[in-house]
Amino acid sequence: MALLEVQDLGVEFGALRAVDNVSLHVDAGEVLGIVGESGSGKSVTALALMGLIDEPGRVHAQRLSFDGRDLLAMPLKERRGLLGKDIAMIFQDPMASLNPCFTVEFQLVETLRIHEGGSRKALRARALELLKQVEIPDAERRLSAYPHQLSGGMSQRVMVAMAIACNPRLLIADEPTTALDVTIQAQMLALLIKLQRERGMALVLITHDLGVVAEVAQRVLVMYAGQVVETARVPDLFDAPRHPYTEALLAALPEHNTGTRRLRSMAGMVPGAFDRPSGCLLAPRCAYVEPRCRSERPALDGDIGAQARCFFPLTQVSA
Amino acid sequence: MSEPTVVLESQALAKHYAVSTGFLKPKARVRALDGVSFTLAAGRTLAVVGESGCGKSTLARQLTMIEAPTGGALLLAHAGAARADVTHADAALKQQLRRQVQMVFQNPFASLNPRKKIAHALEEPLAINTDLSKAARGEKARAMMARVGLRPEHDARYPHMFSGGQRQRIAIARALMLAPAIVVLDEPVSALDVSIQAQVLNLLMDLQDETRVAYVFISHNLAVVELIADDVLVMYLGKIVEHSPKAALFASPRHPYTRALLASTPRIAVDARRQRQVPIGELPSPLNPPSGCAFHPRCPFAVERCRIEVPALEDLGGGQRIACHRVHEIG
Repeated sequence: MALLEVQDLGVEFGALRAVDNVSLHVDAGEVLGIVGESGSGKSVTALALMGLIDEPGRVHAQRLSFDGRDLLAMPLKERRGLLGKDIAMIFQDPMASLNPCFTVEFQLVETLRIHEGGSRKALRARALELLKQVEIPDAERRLSAYPHQLSGGMSQRVMVAMAIACNPRLLIADEPTTALDVTIQAQMLALLIKLQRERGMALVLITHDLGVVAEVAQRVLVMYAGQVVETARVPDLFDAPRHPYTEALLAALPEHNTGTRRLRSMAGMVPGAFDRPSGCLLAPRCAYVEPRCRSERPALDGDIGAQARCFFPLTQVSA
Repeated sequence: MSEPTVVLESQALAKHYAVSTGFLKPKARVRALDGVSFTLAAGRTLAVVGESGCGKSTLARQLTMIEAPTGGALLLAHAGAARADVTHADAALKQQLRRQVQMVFQNPFASLNPRKKIAHALEEPLAINTDLSKAARGEKARAMMARVGLRPEHDARYPHMFSGGQRQRIAIARALMLAPAIVVLDEPVSALDVSIQAQVLNLLMDLQDETRVAYVFISHNLAVVELIADDVLVMYLGKIVEHSPKAALFASPRHPYTRALLASTPRIAVDARRQRQVPIGELPSPLNPPSGCAFHPRCPFAVERCRIEVPALEDLGGGQRIACHRVHEIG
């Protein structure tokens, strides 16, 4: 049974459907990548899972269950008890996610006190142990540091320490390495994967960087304009993409254009709130568009684990 | 084939900042840029890569004459005459030289004035630097808009009516209005999505083919650099550690830091992934740089000599210059 199961999740901000019927599942101990461009709804999906969408946003779902328990039906208090404990999240900008007014120790201990409790001494020892687990050098001294005294990489390590403080079974990481330099990004990914393996934790990694997904994820969800357009296992998605959007995204990467002078780019841009086409959302930009695509919306089709939202999915031959 | 014209030459360029360390304490000195030398020819692209704090943006500020360097010389080609040294130029010459170097910034949402129409942004360089009539300026601005793939009839729109990719096109158009010899691009595509990034990179390459403009392309994205650059300058704590032609750098990186950068870049193709050799630690504080080679605390090949002696930039032939004591031993 899947650890997290989401069926037909929708998030609306007024007339804008930021997330449109997203279904996904995460198994225990699995790394799921969610990729998409800005405005594709990947971050809003994560926020909705964490119950962090505020008014006027509206969240609805057919089913939203964690470990067999229905998150929608349970009382708010019980759900809050799960969040931060069994389901934890780290955000893109580590500098903005830590409170500048409090020390690292205070913020780490706060999480532990709310969910687990214990004596001050025990909590401090646990906080120190967490900092060591996320490989912060000189952890003892860092406990009393304020966020402005830490580098970006250090801050993100502190965020990871806070997220894993209560041994979560699911960690949602929203662009955890985007704000970091490439050497620090490599360190951070290595750390996340190490922790994920050691603890058998499930990891949802949201990113716009296909290279990151290719290196660490087992399964990927590709999102476009609020919809899931393709799901696949990792080598398959990169070897034989089935959705034209995935194919175009891969083709636009500089890595796939070595030796050429021009990148194969996709014309146009992601449709905004008010110019969504009536047919397939990709139709105005798609290289393989047919009349049917302009009038009808395709559904996510295919076997579980390898689905594409396209009337004419690419076969391996043409890809 | 004739030797390409060198449009920019930097000779041991240095920029040191005095930083306050506290009340009544002596000022500390940060060597943000320390003895950087290179040349750039017309129609070529020099990529500058490195982590944050390595001096990339300081270099951009010196090249665009936003700041005056504290040491070294910066020679710029201008109006067919001999190259002039910026550091010793008088005000009139400086104004002429400034026309030759233009800049495109990272964030297209912050680099355009939200209260001015696009036409105004594009015409302003002409109004300041030329005596063209208003009609002629408008004509030029619209022609430039068409050239960067925008609709000329949109010139009366405000920046908020454009998407990120379109705004970056506007910023590029503005930089090219005076037909400069050099454009400094500071992370021009890192704020853009993959599909838009490809469009803007294609545009930059097309414009270079047409106008023979030289680019100084500052980026941390090595995949982009591999596509667009002719030569690559790798910087670490204000110094050049490797300066190589693109092909040589990506095929056989010589400096341990370049190797670390390449190994850290996530790759899709499995065989393109280098051995995951994650560099340890973080960039040291520029206020208190390590002795000897600045990279030695993070370098897997460091020996005693690296701790004591600063390595010089050594010419290895084939256009490759490396600053490493052990470059011949580690192969």
